[in-house]
Amino acid sequence: MIERIDIDRLTLRYGDVTALDGLSLSLEGGKIYGLLGRNGSGKTSLLSVIAAFRKPTSGDVRINGQPVFENQAITSQIAFIRESGDTVEDTEKVESAMRYAAYLRPNWDAEYAARLLERFEVPTKARIGSLSRGKRSALGIVLGLAARAPLTIFDETYLGMDAPSRYAFYDELLNDYMAHPRTFIISTHLIEEVSRLFENVVIIDRGRLVVHDDVETLLNRGTAVTGPADVVDRFVNGYTVIGTRQLGRTKSAMVYGHLDPEQRAEARAAGLDLEPLALQDLFVHLTEPRGDQS
Amino acid sequence: MFDDRSPIYRQIAEQIKQAILTGDLQEEEQVMSTNQYAAFYRINPATAAKAFQELVDEGLLYKRRGIGMFVSPGARERLRSQRRERFFADVVEPMVAEARAIGIPLREVIQWLEQREDEEER
Repeated sequence: MIERIDIDRLTLRYGDVTALDGLSLSLEGGKIYGLLGRNGSGKTSLLSVIAAFRKPTSGDVRINGQPVFENQAITSQIAFIRESGDTVEDTEKVESAMRYAAYLRPNWDAEYAARLLERFEVPTKARIGSLSRGKRSALGIVLGLAARAPLTIFDETYLGMDAPSRYAFYDELLNDYMAHPRTFIISTHLIEEVSRLFENVVIIDRGRLVVHDDVETLLNRGTAVTGPADVVDRFVNGYTVIGTRQLGRTKSAMVYGHLDPEQRAEARAAGLDLEPLALQDLFVHLTEPRGDQS
Repeated sequence: MFDDRSPIYRQIAEQIKQAILTGDLQEEEQVMSTNQYAAFYRINPATAAKAFQELVDEGLLYKRRGIGMFVSPGARERLRSQRRERFFADVVEPMVAEARAIGIPLREVIQWLEQREDEEER
């Protein structure tokens, strides 16, 4: 069981590039986490350090209080699936990848793996190198789910998968998580598609933590206030406005921060329309290049 | 399946309330589990659990340990009286506003309602 993951002032540099910049974060076990960030924000670096694939330049990651790096007792509990599911040599066959996994993974469920391979139509006799991008991703998903590892990390494992296969993945993930509760961290660009699967969301930018909260709380913090421009301007005065749009005399301002029921009633009385912001919108505004912010 | 205007858990709670109101869910009847809701709507079970918690807090559902969630006795009547209190503000006011906006005199609305009443009495 993973009780908690504590990431303390984590810094990772490649030459003069700083991928992680003193990032601290604590995660409770037993939840599905979404890790969001723009390209180059440090998602893969962070996941690689959590999975002990990389040694940090400074700071550390502890799971249940134990440092993860070069700690076999901990790393055997982590399944880290990278974007193309590249876990085994290309010249090997899918069926041998299954055999290795059975050997390496203490909780491996061979029957479940076989069922998943069938569902995602991955040919077991094929060489891994000959699989299409989508089938390779599906193979990664099979290896990740059937490992039943206490901590399972999917780093954008959906490349080349079509929508029906991605939805099959979401269904399998959710059902297997409910049947065998454990910790998942899923990094993705397809925010709207998967956001409902997450219990918590972590957003990072430039190697730093931007926000970590449960999805509902985060969604409650973003509101689009729409109405006549002058009324909107008067209402949002004093709030953190993270973006505006205007169409003729109608204006929509995106407010970041909690609105209490009184403030909501006040807005409605003034004839304003309030709508929660979608996670995608919040994400875009929280990670916008700073030069573009007003 | 859901609109994005209110949190999913609130929409699930509303659906359950509606089912209680219409009698699709009877008092003392067991409600589907959070996991069933989660799988059906493809949402995190913690989100579905939030909907149930909201209904428990409102006294509409109650929990039987190890078995599941059930509709509380009196839940339907409680919902009906809540909705009756809000009926004029939530349903009639917007109708009046719409009638005004498109130029239907209230007199005509009243006539329509009276005619409707006659039909129902027949």
